[in-house]
Amino acid sequence: MKASPTPAATAPLIEVHGLAKEYGSGGSVFRALRGVDLVVGRGEFVAIMGPSGSGKSTLMNLLGCLDTPTAGTYRYEGIAVEGLDNDQRSMLRRHALGFVFQGFNLLGRTSSLDNVALPLIYRGFSRGERRSRAAAALESVGLADKLASLPGELSGGQQQRVAIARAIVTEPVTLFADEPTGNLDSASTAGIMELIVHLNRNRGITVLMVTHDEQVAASAGRRVTIRDGLIESDHRRP
Amino acid sequence: MYWNAFAIALQEIARNRTRAFLTVLGIFIAVAAIVTMVTLGEGATLAVKAQIASLGSNLLTLRPGAGFGNRASSAGVPSFTEEDAATLGEQVSGIALVAPVGTVSLGTIHQHNARVSTVVGTTPDYFGINRWKLAEGRFLNAADQRDGGAVCVIGETVRRELFGDADPVGSRIRIGRASCEVVGLLAAKGQAGMGDQDDTLILPLSALQRRLVGRTSRHDINQISISARDGTDSLALIAEITRILRVRRHLRPDQDNDFNLFDTRQIAETLGATTQLMTLLLGAVAGVSLVVGGIGIMNIMLVSVAERTREIGIRLAIGATAREVLLQFLVEAVTLSCIGGLIGIFLTLGLCVGLARVIQVPFHFNAGINLLAFLFSAGVGVAFGFAPARRAARLNPIDALRHE
Repeated sequence: MKASPTPAATAPLIEVHGLAKEYGSGGSVFRALRGVDLVVGRGEFVAIMGPSGSGKSTLMNLLGCLDTPTAGTYRYEGIAVEGLDNDQRSMLRRHALGFVFQGFNLLGRTSSLDNVALPLIYRGFSRGERRSRAAAALESVGLADKLASLPGELSGGQQQRVAIARAIVTEPVTLFADEPTGNLDSASTAGIMELIVHLNRNRGITVLMVTHDEQVAASAGRRVTIRDGLIESDHRRP
Repeated sequence: MYWNAFAIALQEIARNRTRAFLTVLGIFIAVAAIVTMVTLGEGATLAVKAQIASLGSNLLTLRPGAGFGNRASSAGVPSFTEEDAATLGEQVSGIALVAPVGTVSLGTIHQHNARVSTVVGTTPDYFGINRWKLAEGRFLNAADQRDGGAVCVIGETVRRELFGDADPVGSRIRIGRASCEVVGLLAAKGQAGMGDQDDTLILPLSALQRRLVGRTSRHDINQISISARDGTDSLALIAEITRILRVRRHLRPDQDNDFNLFDTRQIAETLGATTQLMTLLLGAVAGVSLVVGGIGIMNIMLVSVAERTREIGIRLAIGATAREVLLQFLVEAVTLSCIGGLIGIFLTLGLCVGLARVIQVPFHFNAGINLLAFLFSAGVGVAFGFAPARRAARLNPIDALRHE
């Protein structure tokens, strides 16, 4: 990653101050976030909750460098993210972040193996290395027998497992999950949450997860509630 | 990074065969339309030009009667004489060759084949004036003319009708009441604007007079063919020929000419103008094809990029840079455009070779129009594959992901 300052070992993983995001301009400005302060340490599992339109997804997208804030500061491992250009943010995502979306966002007409191997292309791995790592990642989410399946041939729960395998195949520091169980039935939801908890506990991946499902949020060690673009509450499980 | 983009692009093409096929098809059709139109059009234009050239550009034809062609009112008008032709040859310096021509329609028979042919009696210079070439055998010569030998030279149409596949040279055919040896076969000229030139049978003028029509009259020359020397002013030449002929035909100053002079240069100019018009028309049609093809390619590319904005979002989210995504799309667009363009050119040229044969025009390869059609289609393909991708890649990843 070019021009990245040396991460301060003592800095928290994620540290934001006064983070704000406005949509639109002129008379019809919608303030999705109105100044959020949040610190997340390594290895935490944070559930971000709140009603629809509260700004929880916006916060998640800003933290995941998928969107740019209107105001505020964001340090990721001590790096000032708001000062990075598009390419540098891409590099940060490439090397440190993984994403799981509500709608899976897999490439259609593309096998599980190729979907999972996709991020490795941009990491510069050889074809053989990509395939073996992708296969290992799929095995770790319990889809060792679905390597050649296309997304359309898989159930929702299986598709989300492929998406998780794609997110973790690069061994990211932080996993961002936006309503990962929003499109799934309760049986699949339990399996996915078990997997995410496992990644957090056993592989030390920091997880930030947006959800409005109380049961799902119960897996997390910390619960941040957003309302009207501000943090309403922030509880750690004892 | 470049190799990566290339690999991803090829992978994407292989994965989305339908989309790739439609893109290639769009470009193929645009290229095919243009190349077919121009190749066949130019072939037709060339055919017309070649026929003009085969007429001879400095050929003059004298006929009795005031008008030209079939409507000529030659009834009651005297024919020419051999002396008329000889005098013109001697006195007019601008004349290179001159040949008196007598024609008569007679039945011709070879074995079981019979037909009515226009039989031409003339002198050896006739072949030079009309730019005939030999396919086989020999032309008529001065000895044939002197002896009035029963020999003839036939055109390709006569050969086909009378001989079928057999070799005519050395065979004898019956013309009217005389038997005549075929000594030469003329190379085919093809259809000109003025009928089948190959439907001709030529023998010595002396033989025509003595053996076929009887030597009843000296006034049996119904045409004089003249070729002008290169660089001769045709107006001055026509004036001089007219003056001499008026004297020889005893016309008073108040009488109109009772003969007409037809200059192939006039026809060449008329046909030349027509040809130019044809070329312009083809250019216009090719231009319309380019635009229509371009719009087709544009549609396919725009639809496919709209579909692919989400893909761009996914790629950006997992860490691709905008430049890597763009390079991938550029390689895809270039690859598909080139495949479509090349298939278009090669298939179409193959098609044109066949079609040219069917509609009987020469096949003419114009590298320029092939290149233009290719560059234009590929350019449209690349521009409309790439520009929307660039817009998408500039979005925040989340906006690209949410694109519907």
